[in-house]
Amino acid sequence: MENILHIIPEIFIFCSALILLILGLFIKNIKLINNLAILSLLIAVALVINQPYQSIYLNSYVIDEFSSLFKIMIFIGSIVTLVMFVSSREDLHINLYEFPILILFSTLGMMVMVSANDLLAMFIGLELQSLSLYVLAALNRNSLLSSEAGIKYFILGALSSGLLLFGISYIYGFSGNTNFNLIAVNYNSESLGLLIGIVFVLAGLAFKVSAVPFHMWTPDVYQGAPTPITAFFALAPKIAAMGLLVRFLFNSFGELYLDWQQIIFFISIASMMLAAFAAIAQTNIKRLMAYSSIGHIGYALIGVACVSSEGLRSLLIYLMIYLVMNVSVFTVILSLKRNDAYFENISDLSGMYKNHPFTTILVALMMFSLAGIPPLAGFFGKFYIFVAALESNMVFLAVIGIIASVISAFYYLRIVKIMYFDEPKEEFDGVNIRSLQVLFYPSSFLVILFFIYPAPIIQLSEYAIKSFY
Amino acid sequence: MNELPILSILILLPIVGIFFMTLIRNNNDQSSNNLKHTALWISFLNFLISLYLLFSFNQQDADFQFEERYFWIEYGISYHLGVDGISILFIVLTTMLVPICILASYDSIKFSVKEYLIAFLALETFMIGVFCSLDLVLFYLFFEGGLIPMFLIIGIWGGERRVYSTFKFFLYTLAGSVFMLLAIIYIFITAGTTDVSYLLDYNFTRNEQIVLWLAFFASFMVKIPMWPFHTWLPDAHVEAPTAGSVILAGVLLKMAGYGFIRFSIGFFPEASELFAPLIFTLSIVAIIVTSLIALVQEDMKKLIAYSSVAHMGFVTLGIFTFTVQGIEGSVIQMISHGIVSAALFLCVGVVYDRLHTREISRYGGLVSKMPMYAFTFMIFILASLGLPGTSGFVGEFLVLLSIFSINTYFAVFATTGVVLAATYSLWLYRRMIFGALIKDDLSEMLDLTRREIIIFVPLITLTIFIGIYPKPVIDIIEPSAKKIVSQVNGKLN
Repeated sequence: MENILHIIPEIFIFCSALILLILGLFIKNIKLINNLAILSLLIAVALVINQPYQSIYLNSYVIDEFSSLFKIMIFIGSIVTLVMFVSSREDLHINLYEFPILILFSTLGMMVMVSANDLLAMFIGLELQSLSLYVLAALNRNSLLSSEAGIKYFILGALSSGLLLFGISYIYGFSGNTNFNLIAVNYNSESLGLLIGIVFVLAGLAFKVSAVPFHMWTPDVYQGAPTPITAFFALAPKIAAMGLLVRFLFNSFGELYLDWQQIIFFISIASMMLAAFAAIAQTNIKRLMAYSSIGHIGYALIGVACVSSEGLRSLLIYLMIYLVMNVSVFTVILSLKRNDAYFENISDLSGMYKNHPFTTILVALMMFSLAGIPPLAGFFGKFYIFVAALESNMVFLAVIGIIASVISAFYYLRIVKIMYFDEPKEEFDGVNIRSLQVLFYPSSFLVILFFIYPAPIIQLSEYAIKSFY
Repeated sequence: MNELPILSILILLPIVGIFFMTLIRNNNDQSSNNLKHTALWISFLNFLISLYLLFSFNQQDADFQFEERYFWIEYGISYHLGVDGISILFIVLTTMLVPICILASYDSIKFSVKEYLIAFLALETFMIGVFCSLDLVLFYLFFEGGLIPMFLIIGIWGGERRVYSTFKFFLYTLAGSVFMLLAIIYIFITAGTTDVSYLLDYNFTRNEQIVLWLAFFASFMVKIPMWPFHTWLPDAHVEAPTAGSVILAGVLLKMAGYGFIRFSIGFFPEASELFAPLIFTLSIVAIIVTSLIALVQEDMKKLIAYSSVAHMGFVTLGIFTFTVQGIEGSVIQMISHGIVSAALFLCVGVVYDRLHTREISRYGGLVSKMPMYAFTFMIFILASLGLPGTSGFVGEFLVLLSIFSINTYFAVFATTGVVLAATYSLWLYRRMIFGALIKDDLSEMLDLTRREIIIFVPLITLTIFIGIYPKPVIDIIEPSAKKIVSQVNGKLN
């Protein structure tokens, strides 16, 4: 029995979730519970940073630079969600103390996902994360849309878990192992069964990162779920699933990359192109962000498809920038309400620069950044993705990528157009919510001023992929 | 070398101005005047700094001067600035036009003055950055970044069809530029750096050159713009506010011409030589076709926009002759067009502010009510058609001279463009200024105000000065042009 202290952050999150669960029965102050949850996540950040890098439990659980970076990104996503929850819980009818606790459990699941080096650990992490998310999506029980989102996500999620499990059983059957590293040593590369296993596991994971053709749930769930949950969907689970995808593919089938590269290749192109066209017709901002996230996942997958250190590096840069941009966009979505009603339609933004000039210019710049226009951070994300693609001689992927980015610039510009060029409507009253400003301004300025000195992020990404290359 | 990071100061000063302006509240006429004055003085100060740059520039030295290099993203992509005899003129052109634009917007911009001025100063930063940067990634950053403020300027303060025009402008330019981005990345991977001064000595293989040249060409041909991708320009010009048109014609188009000189023929001489006939053909088609289109325009701004495309055709002709004369002619043509077309758009703005229409047929006989305006307009019309003694002549003459030495047929066709330019320009002038003043609303028109005179005086002076005595300008360009030509010839042999 190895020392349990190796997984202190996981245990800490688990214990605080349990303690808060019990506390919540006695204390009716939901804000306090929520703040305690934020505090425990902050402590967990410190614990993760100070963790020694090693692989434990018969190499089924890995703590390395890669997993630590992903864990910190996930913590940031969770903290942002909890802060959003404070300001919106009453208007959105999700004033339940279970919210922070479910977020903590989901976070725990994601921590396991990014550290998992074993098919079973991976599955346990995924399921813990998913089950919490099913509940969270349906948290607003009085809303038809929210319940629909929950049910839809649950049914499709269960199906994808089934596919995943089916694939896992094939891989186990044809390699005799569940450990990623041992699979890599023991498989018979000629066997078709193994390939079927990879395809099914990839299908399951593609569902989790919402890559085309497994994206159908995303717009509905994004639209139906309460906005903080939507933000959470965009911020944390996708990033965690991406980390898991990378470790699964690179550790167990790194040698066999020719087999799975084309799958990633295809879903990457499909995601970019479908998102670019489908988002043009959207009128609901959350649906639009859903398609936008599908597109961004498509770009991130280019980084995986490259199967190179540059590819992984660009993936990490992209995900970090994606995280910050989404924090900014979702906090602003949540701070725009009129008469206690949150806005959902893009046309509600019409002419908002007249009333809120400063917020509007930041939102507009976020849109330009999402479209990948220099000198904003989104450009650097795309730049490194294309560097990796060209370095691996994937010119076709890069060309499709830039075409998709020009097309998608259109729908981001449409938002700018509505905010600036259309007739103004009433003022929004939520713009001054302090807790959201605390997130909105720093994240926006980070995106805008990123170009001044991008080197640290790039070095951090290089550092984080050391365990792969 | 100079210790002061003067190029960085030029780039950063507008940003500092933006910062100050965000602190000024914009709620009444007084404060909006304060904003205008702040922006004007900041941009004027920038102009003075650029003049200092011009006078401390060593004209004998063909190398890059005032170089600055700092670690920026990673090894191979650095913050590298520097100017030579070609880029320095564009910098001065930019810093000169921005205060003029701000001055021209004093009365014509009625709402959201603060945002407007901030967008303009941001645009100035990007434009100066384009001409200073000696790193391809940095160049791309500034080149594309300028789209954001321009998108807003046309879209918010533009005319009726502004949304369509600004989307067309943005998406056309973006679609062209992304291919250049891929080319830059490819250069970064193969050469290991995006540093321009290193790449000028680097030899790409012939096939690489062809592909990369086409990618850069895609971007520059949309931006300059060359026929058949010029259609965004008339739309953007017509809908943009006066100052927006001035900057668009005065500086933004020159970015692409500068890019052709610096990158296309500097990095890819073999491909440039290979594609030169294509460029010549497209340029001559552009000169003739757009001149003919300009003849039938009913809208003044559209007419001038089409004439811009024709004038840019001369620029591309000159650049791809690979002769010192051709490059000098192109640069002077760009500088001259930057002054003259900017002034023409300002002239349109003057009457537009008074009558709120750009239809040529609504005017006529203005000379009796606005003699000073008629005189100003005449000078720029004559400069635009390339009358000897104006700046327009020098550039066109050198370009035609160089093209004549390459191929007589091309020269003959190009010369017809000069005749056509005279036709549409003079006809425009005749329809607007001469004739009897029969329309009632025109009799109320007032002549140039003091502010407008202040705007036009420096432009007139420069137009005539360069026309009569171009030597100081040529002296600045010549060493750099010679160096570029010798580099190209060195690589070709």
